[in-house]
Amino acid sequence: MSFSQSPSGRLAVQMISHIRHALPAILAVGSLVLIWEGYAQFSGVSPTTLPAPSRVLAQAYQYRQALFDNAIPTLRATLSGFALSLFAAFLLSVIVDFVPRLKRALFPVFIISQTLPLVAIAPLIVLWFGFGLLPKILLVALVTFFPMLVALSKGYEATEPELEQLLASMGAPRWKLFWLARLPSSLPFFFAGLRISITYAVVGAIFAEYAGAAKGLGIYMLNAKNNFRPDLVLAAVLVSAALTLCLFGAAVLAERLAMPWTRRTSSGGASR
Amino acid sequence: MSTPRLKLDQVGYRYGDLSVLENISMTVRPGEFVSILGPSGSGKSTLFRLLTGAITTDIGTTEFDGKLLAKAGRSFAFMPQRDALMPWRKILDNTTLGLEVQGIGRKQARERVSPLFAEFGLAGFEQSYPAELSGGMRQRAALLRTVVQDKPMLLLDEPFGALDALTRAGMQRWLEAMWEKHRWTAMLVTHDVREAVHLSDRIYVLSPRPARVIREIEIDLPRPRGRDAATQARAAAIEADILETLLKPDTGHFDGTSSQEAAAT
Repeated sequence: MSFSQSPSGRLAVQMISHIRHALPAILAVGSLVLIWEGYAQFSGVSPTTLPAPSRVLAQAYQYRQALFDNAIPTLRATLSGFALSLFAAFLLSVIVDFVPRLKRALFPVFIISQTLPLVAIAPLIVLWFGFGLLPKILLVALVTFFPMLVALSKGYEATEPELEQLLASMGAPRWKLFWLARLPSSLPFFFAGLRISITYAVVGAIFAEYAGAAKGLGIYMLNAKNNFRPDLVLAAVLVSAALTLCLFGAAVLAERLAMPWTRRTSSGGASR
Repeated sequence: MSTPRLKLDQVGYRYGDLSVLENISMTVRPGEFVSILGPSGSGKSTLFRLLTGAITTDIGTTEFDGKLLAKAGRSFAFMPQRDALMPWRKILDNTTLGLEVQGIGRKQARERVSPLFAEFGLAGFEQSYPAELSGGMRQRAALLRTVVQDKPMLLLDEPFGALDALTRAGMQRWLEAMWEKHRWTAMLVTHDVREAVHLSDRIYVLSPRPARVIREIEIDLPRPRGRDAATQARAAAIEADILETLLKPDTGHFDGTSSQEAAAT
Protein backbone atom coordinates (compact mmCIF):
# COMPACT_ATOMS: atom_id res chain seq x y z
CA MET A 1 0.00 0.00 0.00
CA SER A 2 1.37 3.43 0.81
CA PHE A 3 5.08 3.52 1.38
CA SER A 4 6.20 6.35 3.54
CA GLN A 5 8.72 7.69 1.07
CA SER A 6 9.54 11.34 0.75
CA PRO A 7 7.72 12.93 -2.19
CA SER A 8 10.97 13.86 -3.93
CA GLY A 9 12.39 10.39 -3.50
CA ARG A 10 9.24 8.92 -4.94
CA LEU A 11 9.45 11.32 -7.86
CA ALA A 12 13.03 10.30 -8.60
CA VAL A 13 12.10 6.63 -8.54
CA GLN A 14 9.23 7.40 -10.87
CA MET A 15 11.48 9.33 -13.28
CA ILE A 16 13.98 6.50 -13.50
CA SER A 17 11.28 3.95 -14.11
CA HIS A 18 9.72 6.20 -16.77
CA ILE A 19 13.05 6.50 -18.57
CA ARG A 20 13.65 2.78 -18.35
CA HIS A 21 10.16 2.28 -19.68
CA ALA A 22 10.79 4.57 -22.67
CA LEU A 23 14.25 3.24 -23.49
CA PRO A 24 13.19 0.67 -26.14
CA ALA A 25 11.12 3.31 -27.94
CA ILE A 26 14.00 5.79 -27.90
CA LEU A 27 16.35 3.16 -29.27
CA ALA A 28 13.93 2.14 -32.01
CA VAL A 29 13.32 5.70 -33.21
CA GLY A 30 17.03 6.49 -32.94
CA SER A 31 18.08 3.58 -35.12
CA LEU A 32 15.42 4.39 -37.71
CA VAL A 33 16.72 7.95 -37.98
CA LEU A 34 20.29 6.64 -38.25
CA ILE A 35 19.39 4.25 -41.10
CA TRP A 36 17.57 7.06 -42.87
CA GLU A 37 20.50 9.41 -42.43
CA GLY A 38 22.94 6.81 -43.76
CA TYR A 39 20.77 6.00 -46.75
CA ALA A 40 20.24 9.67 -47.67
CA GLN A 41 23.96 10.41 -47.34
CA PHE A 42 25.45 7.47 -49.22
CA SER A 43 22.89 6.21 -51.76
CA GLY A 44 23.11 9.35 -53.88
CA VAL A 45 19.37 10.04 -53.66
CA SER A 46 18.55 13.69 -54.37
CA PRO A 47 17.71 15.85 -51.33
CA THR A 48 14.65 17.08 -53.24
CA THR A 49 13.37 13.50 -53.12
CA LEU A 50 14.54 12.29 -49.73
CA PRO A 51 16.36 14.82 -47.55
CA ALA A 52 18.52 13.49 -44.72
CA PRO A 53 17.25 14.03 -41.15
CA SER A 54 20.22 16.30 -40.51
CA ARG A 55 19.17 18.50 -43.44
CA VAL A 56 15.57 18.57 -42.19
CA LEU A 57 16.78 19.70 -38.80
CA ALA A 58 19.10 22.33 -40.25
CA GLN A 59 16.35 23.70 -42.48
CA ALA A 60 13.88 23.62 -39.59
CA TYR A 61 16.32 25.73 -37.61
CA GLN A 62 16.90 28.13 -40.47
CA TYR A 63 13.19 28.57 -41.11
CA ARG A 64 12.25 28.53 -37.44
CA GLN A 65 10.52 31.91 -37.59
CA ALA A 66 8.31 30.88 -40.51
CA LEU A 67 7.54 27.55 -38.88
CA PHE A 68 6.68 29.26 -35.61
CA ASP A 69 4.46 31.81 -37.37
CA ASN A 70 2.60 28.99 -39.08
CA ALA A 71 2.38 26.78 -36.02
CA ILE A 72 0.51 29.43 -34.02
CA PRO A 73 -2.62 29.49 -36.24
CA THR A 74 -2.63 25.69 -36.27
CA LEU A 75 -2.45 25.58 -32.51
CA ARG A 76 -5.16 28.19 -32.24
CA ALA A 77 -7.44 26.26 -34.61
CA THR A 78 -6.74 23.02 -32.77
CA LEU A 79 -7.45 24.40 -29.34
CA SER A 80 -10.54 26.40 -30.24
CA GLY A 81 -11.96 23.55 -32.29
CA PHE A 82 -11.27 21.10 -29.52
CA ALA A 83 -12.77 23.39 -26.90
CA LEU A 84 -15.92 23.71 -28.97
CA SER A 85 -15.99 19.96 -29.45
CA LEU A 86 -15.56 19.27 -25.72
CA PHE A 87 -18.27 21.71 -24.81
CA ALA A 88 -20.72 20.28 -27.35
CA ALA A 89 -19.87 16.68 -26.49
CA PHE A 90 -20.34 17.29 -22.77
CA LEU A 91 -23.59 19.15 -23.20
CA LEU A 92 -25.00 16.51 -25.49
CA SER A 93 -23.77 13.63 -23.36
CA VAL A 94 -25.67 15.06 -20.40
CA ILE A 95 -28.85 15.61 -22.40
CA VAL A 96 -28.65 12.12 -23.86
CA ASP A 97 -28.02 10.64 -20.42
CA PHE A 98 -31.22 12.16 -19.11
CA VAL A 99 -33.26 11.41 -22.24
CA PRO A 100 -32.06 8.02 -23.51
CA ARG A 101 -34.54 8.09 -26.35
CA LEU A 102 -32.67 11.02 -27.87
CA LYS A 103 -29.57 8.87 -27.93
CA ARG A 104 -31.22 6.35 -30.20
CA ALA A 105 -32.33 9.17 -32.48
CA LEU A 106 -29.06 11.10 -32.63
CA PHE A 107 -26.27 8.55 -32.49
CA PRO A 108 -26.84 7.18 -36.01
CA VAL A 109 -26.51 10.73 -37.33
CA PHE A 110 -23.20 11.16 -35.51
CA ILE A 111 -21.94 7.82 -36.71
CA ILE A 112 -22.68 8.87 -40.29
CA SER A 113 -20.81 12.14 -39.63
CA GLN A 114 -17.77 10.02 -38.79
CA THR A 115 -17.90 8.16 -42.09
CA LEU A 116 -17.45 11.33 -44.18
CA PRO A 117 -14.00 11.30 -45.78
CA LEU A 118 -11.96 14.31 -44.66
CA VAL A 119 -10.52 14.84 -48.16
CA ALA A 120 -14.02 15.51 -49.44
CA ILE A 121 -15.44 17.41 -46.51
CA ALA A 122 -12.48 19.72 -45.78
CA PRO A 123 -12.57 21.61 -49.13
CA LEU A 124 -16.34 21.91 -48.89
CA ILE A 125 -16.20 23.42 -45.44
CA VAL A 126 -13.56 25.88 -46.62
CA LEU A 127 -15.78 26.67 -49.61
CA TRP A 128 -18.72 27.40 -47.33
CA PHE A 129 -16.96 29.19 -44.49
CA GLY A 130 -13.97 30.83 -46.12
CA PHE A 131 -10.26 30.85 -45.33
CA GLY A 132 -10.55 32.11 -41.77
CA LEU A 133 -10.52 30.35 -38.42
CA LEU A 134 -14.12 29.12 -38.51
CA PRO A 135 -13.79 26.26 -41.04
CA LYS A 136 -10.78 24.91 -39.11
CA ILE A 137 -12.65 25.00 -35.85
CA LEU A 138 -15.58 23.21 -37.44
CA LEU A 139 -13.40 20.52 -38.95
CA VAL A 140 -11.51 19.87 -35.73
CA ALA A 141 -14.83 19.67 -33.89
CA LEU A 142 -16.24 17.31 -36.49
CA VAL A 143 -13.28 14.96 -36.09
CA THR A 144 -13.16 14.96 -32.28
CA PHE A 145 -16.77 15.49 -31.20
CA PHE A 146 -18.08 11.98 -31.58
CA PRO A 147 -15.21 10.12 -29.88
CA MET A 148 -15.59 12.43 -26.88
CA LEU A 149 -19.35 11.96 -26.81
CA VAL A 150 -18.97 8.18 -26.90
CA ALA A 151 -16.30 8.25 -24.19
CA LEU A 152 -18.51 10.31 -21.89
CA SER A 153 -21.60 8.19 -22.51
CA LYS A 154 -19.68 4.98 -21.90
CA GLY A 155 -18.28 6.52 -18.75
CA TYR A 156 -21.72 7.35 -17.36
CA GLU A 157 -22.84 3.81 -18.08
CA ALA A 158 -19.82 2.41 -16.24
CA THR A 159 -21.20 3.67 -12.92
CA GLU A 160 -21.34 0.85 -10.38
CA PRO A 161 -24.97 -0.32 -10.09
CA GLU A 162 -24.57 -0.73 -6.32
CA LEU A 163 -23.57 2.90 -6.03
CA GLU A 164 -26.71 3.92 -7.88
CA GLN A 165 -28.79 1.65 -5.66
CA LEU A 166 -27.17 3.19 -2.61
CA LEU A 167 -27.85 6.75 -3.74
CA ALA A 168 -31.41 5.84 -4.67
CA SER A 169 -31.92 4.39 -1.18
CA MET A 170 -30.71 7.70 0.23
CA GLY A 171 -33.39 9.45 -1.79
CA ALA A 172 -31.11 11.14 -4.31
CA PRO A 173 -33.00 12.57 -7.31
CA ARG A 174 -31.77 11.77 -10.82
CA TRP A 175 -29.66 14.93 -11.19
CA LYS A 176 -27.92 14.26 -7.90
CA LEU A 177 -27.22 10.72 -8.98
CA PHE A 178 -25.65 12.13 -12.13
CA TRP A 179 -23.62 14.74 -10.31
CA LEU A 180 -22.44 12.54 -7.44
CA ALA A 181 -21.91 9.22 -9.20
CA ARG A 182 -22.26 9.14 -12.96
CA LEU A 183 -20.13 12.16 -13.77
CA PRO A 184 -17.13 11.18 -11.59
CA SER A 185 -17.43 7.59 -12.81
CA SER A 186 -16.95 8.81 -16.36
CA LEU A 187 -13.64 10.56 -15.70
CA PRO A 188 -11.32 7.67 -16.66
CA PHE A 189 -13.26 7.20 -19.90
CA PHE A 190 -13.30 10.92 -20.57
CA PHE A 191 -9.52 11.17 -20.27
CA ALA A 192 -8.93 8.07 -22.37
CA GLY A 193 -11.05 9.72 -25.05
CA LEU A 194 -9.29 13.03 -24.54
CA ARG A 195 -5.86 11.53 -25.15
CA ILE A 196 -6.94 10.01 -28.44
CA SER A 197 -9.02 12.94 -29.64
CA ILE A 198 -6.38 15.57 -29.00
CA THR A 199 -4.10 13.84 -31.51
CA TYR A 200 -6.93 13.71 -34.06
CA ALA A 201 -7.55 17.39 -33.44
CA VAL A 202 -4.12 18.45 -34.74
CA VAL A 203 -4.53 16.29 -37.83
CA GLY A 204 -7.97 17.80 -38.38
CA ALA A 205 -6.63 21.35 -38.17
CA ILE A 206 -3.78 20.65 -40.58
CA PHE A 207 -6.19 19.02 -43.00
CA ALA A 208 -8.44 22.05 -42.94
CA GLU A 209 -5.47 24.33 -43.61
CA TYR A 210 -4.32 22.07 -46.40
CA ALA A 211 -7.66 22.63 -48.06
CA GLY A 212 -7.18 26.36 -47.93
CA ALA A 213 -5.81 28.85 -45.45
CA ALA A 214 -3.85 32.07 -45.24
CA LYS A 215 -1.45 30.69 -42.63
CA GLY A 216 -0.84 27.47 -40.77
CA LEU A 217 1.25 24.33 -40.86
CA GLY A 218 -1.11 22.68 -43.36
CA ILE A 219 -0.80 25.40 -45.98
CA TYR A 220 2.92 25.69 -45.23
CA MET A 221 3.35 21.98 -46.03
CA LEU A 222 1.40 22.38 -49.25
CA ASN A 223 3.50 25.35 -50.37
CA ALA A 224 6.75 23.62 -49.47
CA LYS A 225 5.72 20.56 -51.46
CA ASN A 226 4.81 22.70 -54.48
CA ASN A 227 8.22 24.36 -54.25
CA PHE A 228 9.97 20.97 -54.26
CA ARG A 229 11.16 21.38 -50.68
CA PRO A 230 10.43 18.04 -48.99
CA ASP A 231 12.89 19.04 -46.28
CA LEU A 232 10.56 21.88 -45.28
CA VAL A 233 7.53 19.62 -45.52
CA LEU A 234 9.23 17.27 -43.09
CA ALA A 235 10.29 20.17 -40.88
CA ALA A 236 6.64 21.19 -40.64
CA VAL A 237 5.71 17.58 -39.92
CA LEU A 238 8.26 17.62 -37.11
CA VAL A 239 6.68 20.75 -35.67
CA SER A 240 3.18 19.30 -35.87
CA ALA A 241 4.37 16.11 -34.21
CA ALA A 242 5.95 18.12 -31.41
CA LEU A 243 2.72 20.09 -31.07
CA THR A 244 0.69 16.90 -30.84
CA LEU A 245 3.01 15.43 -28.24
CA CYS A 246 2.78 18.59 -26.13
CA LEU A 247 -1.02 18.50 -26.24
CA PHE A 248 -0.98 14.79 -25.42
CA GLY A 249 1.27 15.53 -22.46
CA ALA A 250 -1.08 18.27 -21.33
CA ALA A 251 -3.96 15.78 -21.47
CA VAL A 252 -2.04 13.28 -19.36
CA LEU A 253 -1.17 16.01 -16.87
CA ALA A 254 -4.79 17.13 -16.68
CA GLU A 255 -5.81 13.54 -16.04
CA ARG A 256 -3.40 13.25 -13.14
CA LEU A 257 -4.57 16.50 -11.62
CA ALA A 258 -8.23 15.64 -12.03
CA MET A 259 -7.96 12.11 -10.63
CA PRO A 260 -5.59 12.25 -7.67
CA TRP A 261 -6.98 9.02 -6.20
CA THR A 262 -5.48 6.94 -9.02
CA ARG A 263 -2.07 8.52 -8.52
CA ARG A 264 -1.78 7.81 -4.82
CA THR A 265 -2.64 4.16 -5.13
CA SER A 266 -0.75 3.10 -8.26
CA SER A 267 2.80 2.22 -7.40
CA GLY A 268 5.82 3.77 -9.12
CA GLY A 269 5.75 2.87 -12.81
CA ALA A 270 3.28 3.98 -15.41
CA SER A 271 0.40 1.56 -15.60
CA ARG A 272 -0.71 2.30 -19.13
CA MET B 1 -46.46 -5.66 22.80
CA SER B 2 -45.60 -2.36 21.15
CA THR B 3 -46.06 -1.87 17.42
CA PRO B 4 -43.28 -3.52 15.46
CA ARG B 5 -40.89 -1.25 13.62
CA LEU B 6 -41.28 -3.21 10.41
CA LYS B 7 -44.10 -5.58 9.58
CA LEU B 8 -44.45 -7.47 6.32
CA ASP B 9 -47.77 -9.19 5.83
CA GLN B 10 -48.03 -11.80 3.07
CA VAL B 11 -45.84 -9.80 0.74
CA GLY B 12 -45.18 -11.22 -2.70
CA TYR B 13 -43.30 -10.06 -5.74
CA ARG B 14 -43.51 -11.26 -9.31
CA TYR B 15 -41.12 -10.41 -12.08
CA GLY B 16 -43.15 -11.08 -15.18
CA ASP B 17 -44.14 -14.72 -14.95
CA LEU B 18 -41.45 -15.42 -12.41
CA SER B 19 -42.53 -15.50 -8.80
CA VAL B 20 -39.63 -14.21 -6.71
CA LEU B 21 -41.23 -13.70 -3.28
CA GLU B 22 -44.29 -15.51 -2.02
CA ASN B 23 -46.28 -14.96 1.11
CA ILE B 24 -43.52 -13.28 3.10
CA SER B 25 -44.63 -12.31 6.59
CA MET B 26 -42.13 -11.06 9.12
CA THR B 27 -41.73 -8.49 11.85
CA VAL B 28 -38.81 -6.56 13.26
CA ARG B 29 -39.18 -4.97 16.69
CA PRO B 30 -37.38 -1.77 17.65
CA GLY B 31 -33.81 -2.52 18.69
CA GLU B 32 -33.94 -5.98 17.27
CA PHE B 33 -31.35 -7.57 14.99
CA VAL B 34 -33.06 -9.82 12.48
CA SER B 35 -31.37 -11.88 9.78
CA ILE B 36 -32.80 -13.18 6.54
CA LEU B 37 -31.00 -16.37 5.69
CA GLY B 38 -31.42 -18.10 2.40
CA PRO B 39 -29.66 -19.71 -0.53
CA SER B 40 -28.14 -17.57 -3.26
CA GLY B 41 -30.64 -16.18 -5.70
CA SER B 42 -33.55 -16.77 -3.37
CA GLY B 43 -34.75 -13.20 -3.55
CA LYS B 44 -33.16 -11.86 -0.39
CA SER B 45 -31.88 -8.79 -2.18
CA THR B 46 -35.25 -8.35 -3.89
CA LEU B 47 -36.73 -7.95 -0.43
CA PHE B 48 -34.37 -5.04 0.23
CA ARG B 49 -35.12 -3.50 -3.13
CA LEU B 50 -38.78 -3.53 -2.14
CA LEU B 51 -38.04 -1.90 1.19
CA THR B 52 -35.82 0.84 -0.26
CA GLY B 53 -38.41 1.57 -2.92
CA ALA B 54 -36.30 0.54 -5.90
CA ILE B 55 -39.16 -1.75 -6.90
CA THR B 56 -42.78 -1.94 -5.80
CA THR B 57 -45.36 -4.66 -5.42
CA ASP B 58 -49.10 -4.73 -4.85
CA ILE B 59 -49.14 -8.15 -3.20
CA GLY B 60 -49.40 -7.95 0.59
CA THR B 61 -48.79 -4.99 2.87
CA THR B 62 -45.69 -3.53 4.49
CA GLU B 63 -45.97 -1.32 7.52
CA PHE B 64 -43.34 0.80 9.17
CA ASP B 65 -44.07 1.95 12.73
CA GLY B 66 -47.72 1.18 12.08
CA LYS B 67 -47.91 3.23 8.87
CA LEU B 68 -47.95 1.92 5.31
CA LEU B 69 -44.38 1.89 4.02
CA ALA B 70 -45.14 4.18 1.08
CA LYS B 71 -46.31 6.85 3.52
CA ALA B 72 -43.57 6.36 6.08
CA GLY B 73 -40.92 8.25 4.12
CA ARG B 74 -37.34 7.13 3.83
CA SER B 75 -36.96 5.00 6.91
CA PHE B 76 -33.97 2.87 6.02
CA ALA B 77 -30.25 3.32 5.82
CA PHE B 78 -29.02 0.80 3.29
CA MET B 79 -25.61 -0.85 3.16
CA PRO B 80 -25.04 -2.62 -0.16
CA GLN B 81 -23.05 -5.74 -0.92
CA ARG B 82 -19.40 -4.87 -1.24
CA ASP B 83 -18.77 -1.37 0.04
CA ALA B 84 -19.81 0.87 -2.88
CA LEU B 85 -17.44 3.54 -1.64
CA MET B 86 -16.69 6.22 -4.21
CA PRO B 87 -13.06 5.78 -5.25
CA TRP B 88 -12.76 9.50 -6.01
CA ARG B 89 -13.82 10.63 -2.55
CA LYS B 90 -11.71 10.54 0.54
CA ILE B 91 -13.03 8.35 3.34
CA LEU B 92 -14.37 11.33 5.27
CA ASP B 93 -16.34 12.53 2.25
CA ASN B 94 -17.56 9.03 1.56
CA THR B 95 -19.03 8.72 5.02
CA THR B 96 -20.90 12.02 4.72
CA LEU B 97 -22.57 11.01 1.45
CA GLY B 98 -25.96 10.22 2.96
CA LEU B 99 -26.03 13.50 4.86
CA GLU B 100 -25.09 15.42 1.74
CA VAL B 101 -27.91 13.80 -0.18
CA GLN B 102 -30.24 14.88 2.63
CA GLY B 103 -29.11 18.42 1.92
CA ILE B 104 -26.88 18.95 4.94
CA GLY B 105 -23.91 21.21 4.23
CA ARG B 106 -20.56 19.59 3.70
CA LYS B 107 -18.93 21.27 6.69
CA GLN B 108 -21.74 20.40 9.04
CA ALA B 109 -21.84 16.83 7.75
CA ARG B 110 -18.13 16.44 8.37
CA GLU B 111 -18.52 17.72 11.90
CA ARG B 112 -21.15 15.11 12.55
CA VAL B 113 -19.14 12.22 11.15
CA SER B 114 -15.64 13.04 12.35
CA PRO B 115 -16.12 12.13 16.04
CA LEU B 116 -17.23 8.63 15.01
CA PHE B 117 -14.04 7.72 13.16
CA ALA B 118 -12.26 6.45 16.25
CA GLU B 119 -15.11 4.18 17.25
CA PHE B 120 -15.16 2.68 13.78
CA GLY B 121 -11.41 2.07 13.84
CA LEU B 122 -10.82 4.60 11.09
CA ALA B 123 -9.07 7.38 13.00
CA GLY B 124 -6.27 8.85 10.93
CA PHE B 125 -7.74 7.64 7.64
CA GLU B 126 -10.14 10.54 7.09
CA GLN B 127 -8.04 11.87 4.21
CA SER B 128 -7.26 8.49 2.62
CA TYR B 129 -8.86 7.22 -0.55
CA PRO B 130 -10.82 3.96 -0.34
CA ALA B 131 -8.23 2.10 -2.42
CA GLU B 132 -5.67 2.79 0.29
CA LEU B 133 -7.69 0.90 2.90
CA SER B 134 -8.00 -2.80 3.65
CA GLY B 135 -11.23 -4.66 2.92
CA GLY B 136 -12.27 -4.67 6.56
CA MET B 137 -11.66 -0.95 6.94
CA ARG B 138 -13.60 -0.18 3.79
CA GLN B 139 -16.50 -2.17 5.16
CA ARG B 140 -16.36 -0.28 8.44
CA ALA B 141 -16.35 2.98 6.50
CA ALA B 142 -19.40 1.76 4.58
CA LEU B 143 -21.17 0.94 7.85
CA LEU B 144 -20.26 4.36 9.24
CA ARG B 145 -21.74 5.94 6.11
CA THR B 146 -24.89 3.89 6.80
CA VAL B 147 -25.44 4.55 10.51
CA VAL B 148 -24.59 8.25 10.40
CA GLN B 149 -27.71 8.84 8.30
CA ASP B 150 -29.61 8.39 11.56
CA LYS B 151 -32.47 6.40 10.05
CA PRO B 152 -34.76 4.32 12.26
CA MET B 153 -33.60 1.06 10.69
CA LEU B 154 -30.51 -0.40 9.01
CA LEU B 155 -30.64 -2.73 6.02
CA LEU B 156 -27.42 -4.69 5.64
CA ASP B 157 -27.14 -6.60 2.37
CA GLU B 158 -24.46 -9.29 2.82
CA PRO B 159 -22.04 -6.68 4.10
CA PHE B 160 -19.18 -9.10 4.66
CA GLY B 161 -19.70 -11.33 1.65
CA ALA B 162 -16.69 -10.04 -0.23
CA LEU B 163 -14.23 -10.34 2.67
CA ASP B 164 -11.81 -13.18 3.33
CA ALA B 165 -12.82 -15.62 6.07
CA LEU B 166 -10.56 -14.24 8.78
CA THR B 167 -11.45 -10.60 8.17
CA ARG B 168 -15.09 -11.59 8.03
CA ALA B 169 -14.94 -13.31 11.42
CA GLY B 170 -13.27 -10.24 12.89
CA MET B 171 -15.87 -7.94 11.36
CA GLN B 172 -18.73 -10.06 12.67
CA ARG B 173 -17.32 -9.86 16.17
CA TRP B 174 -16.80 -6.13 15.81
CA LEU B 175 -20.30 -5.54 14.44
CA GLU B 176 -21.80 -7.50 17.32
CA ALA B 177 -19.95 -5.32 19.82
CA MET B 178 -21.07 -2.17 18.00
CA TRP B 179 -24.63 -3.36 17.89
CA GLU B 180 -24.68 -4.18 21.58
CA LYS B 181 -23.62 -0.64 22.29
CA HIS B 182 -25.98 1.15 19.92
CA ARG B 183 -28.88 -1.30 19.63
CA TRP B 184 -29.72 -0.33 16.08
CA THR B 185 -32.83 -1.87 14.62
CA ALA B 186 -31.30 -3.89 11.84
CA MET B 187 -32.12 -6.39 9.17
CA LEU B 188 -29.27 -8.41 7.75
CA VAL B 189 -29.42 -10.42 4.55
CA THR B 190 -26.88 -13.21 4.39
CA HIS B 191 -26.26 -16.73 3.21
CA ASP B 192 -23.68 -17.34 5.92
CA VAL B 193 -25.33 -19.43 8.66
CA ARG B 194 -22.61 -18.69 11.22
CA GLU B 195 -22.90 -14.98 10.60
CA ALA B 196 -26.66 -15.07 11.11
CA VAL B 197 -26.44 -17.08 14.33
CA HIS B 198 -23.62 -14.96 15.66
CA LEU B 199 -25.34 -11.62 15.13
CA SER B 200 -29.11 -12.09 15.28
CA ASP B 201 -31.87 -12.05 17.82
CA ARG B 202 -34.04 -13.78 15.30
CA ILE B 203 -33.54 -15.50 11.95
CA TYR B 204 -35.96 -16.01 9.10
CA VAL B 205 -34.93 -18.86 6.83
CA LEU B 206 -36.06 -18.51 3.22
CA SER B 207 -36.58 -21.28 0.69
CA PRO B 208 -35.10 -21.23 -2.81
CA ARG B 209 -37.09 -19.24 -5.35
CA PRO B 210 -39.91 -18.51 -5.05
CA ALA B 211 -38.82 -17.46 -1.59
CA ARG B 212 -41.11 -18.33 1.28
CA VAL B 213 -40.34 -18.19 4.99
CA ILE B 214 -39.70 -21.81 5.92
CA ARG B 215 -38.51 -21.23 9.46
CA GLU B 216 -38.30 -18.59 12.12
CA ILE B 217 -35.71 -19.13 14.82
CA GLU B 218 -35.27 -17.16 18.00
CA ILE B 219 -31.60 -17.01 19.01
CA ASP B 220 -31.52 -16.47 22.77
CA LEU B 221 -27.80 -16.95 23.23
CA PRO B 222 -26.20 -14.55 25.73
CA ARG B 223 -24.09 -11.75 24.29
CA PRO B 224 -21.26 -11.29 23.54
CA ARG B 225 -21.42 -14.52 21.65
CA GLY B 226 -18.82 -17.09 20.74
CA ARG B 227 -16.51 -16.20 23.61
CA ASP B 228 -17.11 -19.11 26.01
CA ALA B 229 -17.28 -22.83 25.32
CA ALA B 230 -20.88 -23.33 26.48
CA THR B 231 -22.35 -20.67 24.16
CA GLN B 232 -20.15 -21.82 21.33
CA ALA B 233 -21.48 -25.35 21.62
CA ARG B 234 -25.09 -24.14 21.61
CA ALA B 235 -24.39 -21.85 18.67
CA ALA B 236 -22.85 -24.74 16.77
CA ALA B 237 -25.93 -26.87 17.44
CA ILE B 238 -28.24 -24.13 16.13
CA GLU B 239 -26.02 -23.69 13.07
CA ALA B 240 -26.12 -27.40 12.31
CA ASP B 241 -29.88 -27.41 12.71
CA ILE B 242 -30.36 -24.47 10.31
CA LEU B 243 -27.96 -25.93 7.80
CA GLU B 244 -30.02 -29.11 7.88
CA THR B 245 -33.14 -27.12 7.00
CA LEU B 246 -31.38 -25.31 4.17
CA LEU B 247 -29.90 -28.44 2.64
CA LYS B 248 -32.95 -30.68 3.03
CA PRO B 249 -33.71 -32.30 -0.34
CA ASP B 250 -37.37 -31.21 -0.30
CA THR B 251 -36.39 -27.54 -0.19
CA GLY B 252 -34.90 -28.41 -3.54
CA HIS B 253 -31.67 -26.61 -3.03
CA PHE B 254 -28.87 -29.06 -2.45
CA ASP B 255 -27.44 -30.05 -5.81
CA GLY B 256 -23.92 -31.02 -4.88
CA THR B 257 -22.44 -27.55 -5.34
CA SER B 258 -21.72 -25.43 -2.34
CA SER B 259 -24.32 -22.77 -1.79
CA GLN B 260 -22.07 -21.10 0.75
CA GLU B 261 -19.52 -20.08 -1.80
CA ALA B 262 -21.77 -19.15 -4.69
CA ALA B 263 -21.70 -15.46 -5.43
CA ALA B 264 -24.81 -13.66 -4.34
CA THR B 265 -26.96 -12.25 -7.05
